[in-house]
Amino acid sequence: MKKSVFFGALAGAALAGGVASAATLDDVKARGKLNCGVTTGLVGFAAPDANGNWEGFDVSVCRAVAAAVLGDPSAVEFVPTTGKTRFTALASGEIDMLARNTTWTFSRDVDLKFEFVGVNYYDGQGFMVPKELGVTSAKDLDGATVCIQTGTTTELNLADFFRSNNISYEPVPIETNAEAQQQYLAGACDVYTTDASGLAATRATFEAPGDHVVLPEIVSKEPLGPLVRHGDNEWGDIVRWTLNALITAEELGVTSANVADMGAAAGNNPEVNRLLGTEGSLGEMLGLDADWAKKAIMAVGNYGEIFETNIGENTPIGLARGLNASYRDGGLIYSPPFR
Amino acid sequence: MSTASDPEQAGFRLSMLFNDTRYRSLTFQAIAAILLALSIWYLGNNLIQNLREAGLNISFGFFGEPAGYDINQRLIEYDSQSSHGRAAVVGILNTLLVAFLACVTATVFGVIAGVLRLSNNWLVSKLMAFYVEIFRNIPVLIWIIIIFTIMTAVLPSPRAFRGDDPASSMFLDAVAFTNRGVYIPGPSFNAPLFEAAAMNWLLVLAVLVASFFGSKAIGSWASRVQEETGDRPKTLLMTLGVWIVPVAILLFIMGLTWNFPELKGFNFSGGIKIGGPLIALWFALSIYTGAFIAENVRAGIQAISKGQTEAAGALGLRPGRIMNLVILPQALRVIIPPLISQYLNITKNSSLAIAVGYADITATLGGITLNQTGRAIECVLLLMLFYLTISLLISAFMNVYNNSIKLKER
Amino acid sequence: MPTDTSVAFVRTAEIPPSPPPPSETGLVKWIRENLFSSWGNSILTLVSLYAIYVILSATVPWIVNGIWTTSSLAECREILQGQVGACFSVLTERWNQLLYGFKYPVEEYWRPNLAFLLLFVAAAPVLFFDLPRKLLAFTALYPFIAYWLIWGGSIMIPIVALLGFVAGYFVFDRFGKQSFATGFFGAIVAAFVVWWIGGFIIPETEDTFLPAVPSRDLGGFMLNMMLGVTCVSLSLPLGIVLALGRQSKMPLIKGICVIFIEFIRGVPLITLLFVASVMLSYFFPPESTVDLFLRVVIMITMFSAAYIAEVIRGGLAALPKGQYEAADSLGLDYPQAMRLIILPQALKISIPGIVNVAVGLFKDTTLVSVISMFDLVGMIRGPILASTEWNGVYWELLGFAAFLFFIVCYGISQYSQWLERRLATDHR
Repeated sequence: MKKSVFFGALAGAALAGGVASAATLDDVKARGKLNCGVTTGLVGFAAPDANGNWEGFDVSVCRAVAAAVLGDPSAVEFVPTTGKTRFTALASGEIDMLARNTTWTFSRDVDLKFEFVGVNYYDGQGFMVPKELGVTSAKDLDGATVCIQTGTTTELNLADFFRSNNISYEPVPIETNAEAQQQYLAGACDVYTTDASGLAATRATFEAPGDHVVLPEIVSKEPLGPLVRHGDNEWGDIVRWTLNALITAEELGVTSANVADMGAAAGNNPEVNRLLGTEGSLGEMLGLDADWAKKAIMAVGNYGEIFETNIGENTPIGLARGLNASYRDGGLIYSPPFR
Repeated sequence: MSTASDPEQAGFRLSMLFNDTRYRSLTFQAIAAILLALSIWYLGNNLIQNLREAGLNISFGFFGEPAGYDINQRLIEYDSQSSHGRAAVVGILNTLLVAFLACVTATVFGVIAGVLRLSNNWLVSKLMAFYVEIFRNIPVLIWIIIIFTIMTAVLPSPRAFRGDDPASSMFLDAVAFTNRGVYIPGPSFNAPLFEAAAMNWLLVLAVLVASFFGSKAIGSWASRVQEETGDRPKTLLMTLGVWIVPVAILLFIMGLTWNFPELKGFNFSGGIKIGGPLIALWFALSIYTGAFIAENVRAGIQAISKGQTEAAGALGLRPGRIMNLVILPQALRVIIPPLISQYLNITKNSSLAIAVGYADITATLGGITLNQTGRAIECVLLLMLFYLTISLLISAFMNVYNNSIKLKER
Repeated sequence: MPTDTSVAFVRTAEIPPSPPPPSETGLVKWIRENLFSSWGNSILTLVSLYAIYVILSATVPWIVNGIWTTSSLAECREILQGQVGACFSVLTERWNQLLYGFKYPVEEYWRPNLAFLLLFVAAAPVLFFDLPRKLLAFTALYPFIAYWLIWGGSIMIPIVALLGFVAGYFVFDRFGKQSFATGFFGAIVAAFVVWWIGGFIIPETEDTFLPAVPSRDLGGFMLNMMLGVTCVSLSLPLGIVLALGRQSKMPLIKGICVIFIEFIRGVPLITLLFVASVMLSYFFPPESTVDLFLRVVIMITMFSAAYIAEVIRGGLAALPKGQYEAADSLGLDYPQAMRLIILPQALKISIPGIVNVAVGLFKDTTLVSVISMFDLVGMIRGPILASTEWNGVYWELLGFAAFLFFIVCYGISQYSQWLERRLATDHR
């Protein structure tokens, strides 16, 4: 018994070789790869394409961090996680950060000891129903059968919503998005509920998206954002400010197209200069190169670009910016200043 | 080297710890104990350190907190304000329910297929062999998914029952097969004797149990008469009466009526709903395990040598009695132990309910509760404890049974 | 020709034997005897025929009309124009993903393929006793070759691992003759020493000959095969040890083995996989992480070892007591008796049982899809069905998965039956 386990451990040391010490940044640099937890597949947010390359909104955040820290947006190991495994994977050090449309809640932050570094998507739980049912409001759903994807805050919001409106429903919990879709399309449930963004992504893959409507009610606040472990503040800062850099870049008009020019030499706008490292020593304070933000923006574009390429109105997902517009356009996306 | 003939040695040498049979087993056990203690200490230490680093602790306090989620399939009262502990109990009952149902139907499938496989009808025996092979050699998870998919894709949704000229209609106007489940008429009482519905059913059950003992008494009376006079009195009518009359009277007093399911709003309401996930899981487990049981049954019947049948025939027994008195008692001795371990397998495989959204213990305690509270260690430990208890109970029962039927040889 | 008007008739020639009535020959007779021998049988036959008709009429047109060359389900539907037909194009388009997962580098596919072929060579001498025993040497080498082929990286890792076993073997060979215990523990120590020293010579740099593939990138049917083969072969020695431990007269060792076996057999595999995915990482040293594949291998190995131990215990119990007594009377000590007399016989009777456990285990490897590993079922339920092109292709994919598992498991169980006949030594 000893032997085989030891051989396993030996192989394991070779396979994983991962040594997660207190300083995540050092580990990532030593490893030369960022281990980033993502969902097992939600089109637009994180899903492998036909060639096995991960792409999506959350994936871009991982790539930006990898570009900032390691200078290489492809130096990311994507670890698919389920609702069940994601927190253990993060807590045990298997992944360095989790970018898996995870809702920032009190208990996850405080009780489970994670640090949410910001919000990259303001979402809310919505309902999708077939048009032929003629339902116009979620309050008409009394007695309906509702498909839920398990492992999220969705079940709780749903229970709260129906309870507070004093109407009944029948939940059908489903493990994966694909199976929930199948159930919904076959009519085994009347309603499919998940985050509104997820509904849009799911609806986009339908044969006839027009036959299904997303109801106007948004029953919950779902601020989705990347998170890291409690206790490693340096690493938390890096992820937080990489995300903020992407947001600030949009505010300042820095895009993947012009970032090379703007970052080549100090320009007129001091904030752009500080962001791109041509002035000040923000990168050094983080323990990174001076042009860390430039590399991140060059790799994936600014927040607006990431949004448009992955889930924006010109993609099959077709999400409007809405709450996720920059604060200047009346949205909630806002970054503290780079100073 | 035989140690028995070794002369007694006065001194004690260290090598005797390894070479002397008197001490060797102690040495080995001591080594094992040290290794065990070391590994427990090592794992425990790692656990404590990891938890401390992550700032977590082990606590079961979340059990009393409101679960916050709803469960569609429940045998006891439960709503989203009930505690996580109650959600776990709902899950346990659901596990036991599906395991019990699947055990019964798997036995039926298995016995039929096992007997038919030995049939002298070539086509039927080949067909049964095909059934056994195809189900034994494909993972049960795939079967569960396939059957669940068949259910949702082939059966109509309640929407198809709507309108003046619906695409589907109810079977005999009483049973609706939909892809959300099967709706059957459910009994209810107009003049119940107790407030709680469960108590009324317990009363019915009690009457049935009494009838059971009554019919037993009639049977033994008939045997006594037969011993004394040689004629067995006809007891069929009496037995039927004992079974039917008391229950019928009770049900009449309580005013039994049937609620028929009817389409209201989004779903059928009224009657009893047997949920789609339950049916899919139940059917998949039964038909999968049925294939294994069929093999056990076949092996059990074939294990009885032909001489037994011939000897019984020579004694003048009729074929039916040969089966009942000679073959089956012996075959059951071979069949029942593997049958019980198949029941154990069903109970364990029912944890795959997670693939079809059936709210068993793995889906409530090991699924949603775990996700919501993030208490992975506590939830998984309790989950394992539950299954362990069930299987130890079943094994204990099996051991008792095995001892009672053991052939007393030599 | 004069006609004989006499009534008297004497046959002079023998009548040739007339053929049996048509109902008693050939096909008709066979059908009568096997299909319509009685009323009940006739009904059964008709019911069966109807069942076969229903199944075939549903599946045959579906398969025959199958489309193999489109690139999405929508195109299939367009071509079929509402006719019944399968869309097998998902299999051709996603063939590699189904077999290897979506991350294994395409240009390296030859490596698992080669490892798969070599598996047959390595397994052959174990499965068929008639082959020359020398081939077993390759079987012993195979784990290291396969590890290197599939994971790549530095060749030193498998070599060091192999050297550890070789060193252990030599030490055992040297000391095991005097005292089994000395040899056994010495061998373990020697192997550990070699591995410890080897740890220093394994180069950190990437070997470019076979680029390293992280185990997270394994997937598809390959993952099922690897989990099945690895776990069964690792659990065999463990199972033997557990079975012997359970038979042991030392109460502590017996107790440990009984608790281990009963605990593992008492819980479903899926809870053990939960342990691997959400709990086990808390039990490893805080500064290290062990990747999911290895954690899963550990748990599945423990799972199958407990079942194999029970099978072998059955084999041990089935041996007549005389065998144990004969070994004692020859003056053999415990290890010798086990190695030379008891185990060879006990293992031989347990082989069919072990094969059954192996088949069951191989089927159970599909459960890893529940803990977000992309094995064959995981690939189907996850990336493929979730993709825009193939959203809704259930039957083809599930049917394919069922087909692959059927082929492998049926093959193994046929082998097991052959072996059972082969090993039958009783003369009934």
